[in-house]
Amino acid sequence: MSSTPNKPVPSAPAQSGFVFLPLIAGWLIPGAGHFLLRKWGRGALLAISIICMFAIGLAMQGKLYANAHDILEILGLLGDLGSGLLYVVGRAMGLGADSVQLTVADWGTRFIVVAGLLNIIAAVDAHNIRTGRKS
Amino acid sequence: MFSPSHFTAVLLFGVFASTVFGITQRETPQRMFRYGLYCFSLFVGSAIVLSWVMYLIAR
Repeated sequence: MSSTPNKPVPSAPAQSGFVFLPLIAGWLIPGAGHFLLRKWGRGALLAISIICMFAIGLAMQGKLYANAHDILEILGLLGDLGSGLLYVVGRAMGLGADSVQLTVADWGTRFIVVAGLLNIIAAVDAHNIRTGRKS
Repeated sequence: MFSPSHFTAVLLFGVFASTVFGITQRETPQRMFRYGLYCFSLFVGSAIVLSWVMYLIAR
């Protein structure tokens, strides 16, 4: 009777600490979740993509949602909040248009919302790497 | 104020969104790159096709 050795478990880097830290860090600062996990290249590309998208949206006179009067504004606000500190800093500095009056500004508003949504995807990806669901 | 053309806006949107999709939806760098390219081509290709459809409908 031969004893077959167990298949070696893929070696994962020793992780300690709060399991949701990459998720929260990645939400607050784009790419920070991946930086915490030492995924420097991925983190840099994510940070560049999300920050550039947010900045271009602002440069196109996009609107940062601040109110929640109707369902569309609530959804826009949720998307904007996905940008984490970028949204907070943008609001604190008074960036973004108060109302959308140009077609380009409407595209800019979409850029800002999508940047927030992409940041949420990136933060969840960092969480998946932290928990071992993804390498 | 930055005022790109519609097509430039589509290209910028496609580049950034495809980068995030590629990195987050695939495991290895090569597959990330290929999936990013795939998403980018779908973004730009669908924009071109829909533009032609709307142009032909409007005539």
